[in-house]
Amino acid sequence: MPAAEVGVLALQGAYREHAARLRGLGASVREVRLPRDLAGLAGLVLPGGESTTMVRLMDEYALWAPLRDFHARGGALWGTCAGAILLAAEVTGASPAAPAQRSLGLIDVTVQRNAFGRQLDSFTTPLEVAGLDTPFPAVFIRAPVITHAGPGVEVLARHGGEAVLARQGRVMASSFHPELTPDARLHELFLGLLEQRAPRVGGGAESAPARPPTLPGSA
Amino acid sequence: MSEQQTGTPQIKQGFAEMFKGGVIMDVVTADQARIAEAAGATAVMALERVPADIRKDGGVARMSDPKMIKEIIGAVSIPVMAKVRIGHVVEAQILQALGVDFIDESEVLTPADEQFHILKSDFAVPFVCGAKNLGEALRRVGEGASMIRTKGEAGTGNVVEAVRHARTVLGEIRAIQARPAEELMTVARDLQAPYELVKYVHANGKLPVVNFAAGGVATPADAALMMYLGLDGVFVGSGIFKSSNPERRAQAIVKAVTHYQNPDLLAEISEDLGAPMTGINIDDLIPAERLAARGW
Repeated sequence: MPAAEVGVLALQGAYREHAARLRGLGASVREVRLPRDLAGLAGLVLPGGESTTMVRLMDEYALWAPLRDFHARGGALWGTCAGAILLAAEVTGASPAAPAQRSLGLIDVTVQRNAFGRQLDSFTTPLEVAGLDTPFPAVFIRAPVITHAGPGVEVLARHGGEAVLARQGRVMASSFHPELTPDARLHELFLGLLEQRAPRVGGGAESAPARPPTLPGSA
Repeated sequence: MSEQQTGTPQIKQGFAEMFKGGVIMDVVTADQARIAEAAGATAVMALERVPADIRKDGGVARMSDPKMIKEIIGAVSIPVMAKVRIGHVVEAQILQALGVDFIDESEVLTPADEQFHILKSDFAVPFVCGAKNLGEALRRVGEGASMIRTKGEAGTGNVVEAVRHARTVLGEIRAIQARPAEELMTVARDLQAPYELVKYVHANGKLPVVNFAAGGVATPADAALMMYLGLDGVFVGSGIFKSSNPERRAQAIVKAVTHYQNPDLLAEISEDLGAPMTGINIDDLIPAERLAARGW
């Protein structure tokens, strides 16, 4: 089977773990730091790390519009923890010092940052995920939660009543860290999204983002 | 949710992984913390005086005032770290009670114990410790550190010691990888390091935790050099707030860590940052002033 080429946003955070896991599943992987690195990719993982840092670096190298174009052209995206914050339509719990945090608006959810508290409140737990036979060993680190999901969004897992894994079309968002466990099932699920829709650079019209972003994409 | 677990090695080390490719900045006020966050720091280190001032002022350097730490926690949404003296278990308990996200058991403060470090596995909060060589790094991991950093020579603006420590640790890792398995117990004896951790390094070619640069980083090129050598991220102290334009320099160092493999971008990033901190030549320091020599 020809390997799908997948990108991992490598501005900061746990991008190497995602890359290693995806390679282990047969994908060829490229690190994405600049808009030109997106060319020809079928999917992109946005890793955990610090979302404020990533926002700053996305401003610096004008990644907002290219990432939205990538989605519009048929690319699949998956954000984990900070990555989920970047993909959301709306972000709450931004820094007390900063205005509302910008996000890509590619999945119709509202994400609240650090919803479970500080590092001392970080935890692991077996998580029931729709479509998986056995619980997924989820690692929540200063994790966000999905406080609102639009009608087109499928919530695949909840913890303590809060949505923590969601999917809309070919965009996935998880508030925990699948790359920190040996369990590859969610990475397999993501690679499955790529097969559903072969990417073509400059391909046909795709559906617009779930909801227009609340703020302009570039500073 | 009885199966929910907190404070495990997986949680602590996993959190440390999230700082990779990032810059952790020393701050002494809530305003500086806001500048660091806006510049793209992945965390701030709350302390009373940056290392250059600790060096200049002399005296005993201790854990910061909890009031200042609470102000910094309240000022930013990124993780907040704070320093304790080597071996000072009670300072660490106080920082954990304050809810800091990471503790640095740091040679930059005056050591409280000249023989023993804190048993970090007793704490739910993760720890970072400095190391000059692999044996020291693995002893700290054995005690429960979730992150290792070079010691460098803090507060000098001179990166040479950080480079020496990085080269030493990474070179010793490569040397262990080249040894046959039956020699590893002797390697452990010679390094004074836990055997199980030596076996881990042999099998994986890396430390069991993330490995950051610290001590003397003053320019974007310094930060990129540490990444080029193979470290996972960078701590910056005096190098930012002792320079003429902290905002610009902080932003530039954040960018340099992400784009360390791209010299064209580094050239652009390094341009027109104003004066860096005044450096100190390490050869001019009398031995008693060398912070990196602390820790055992």
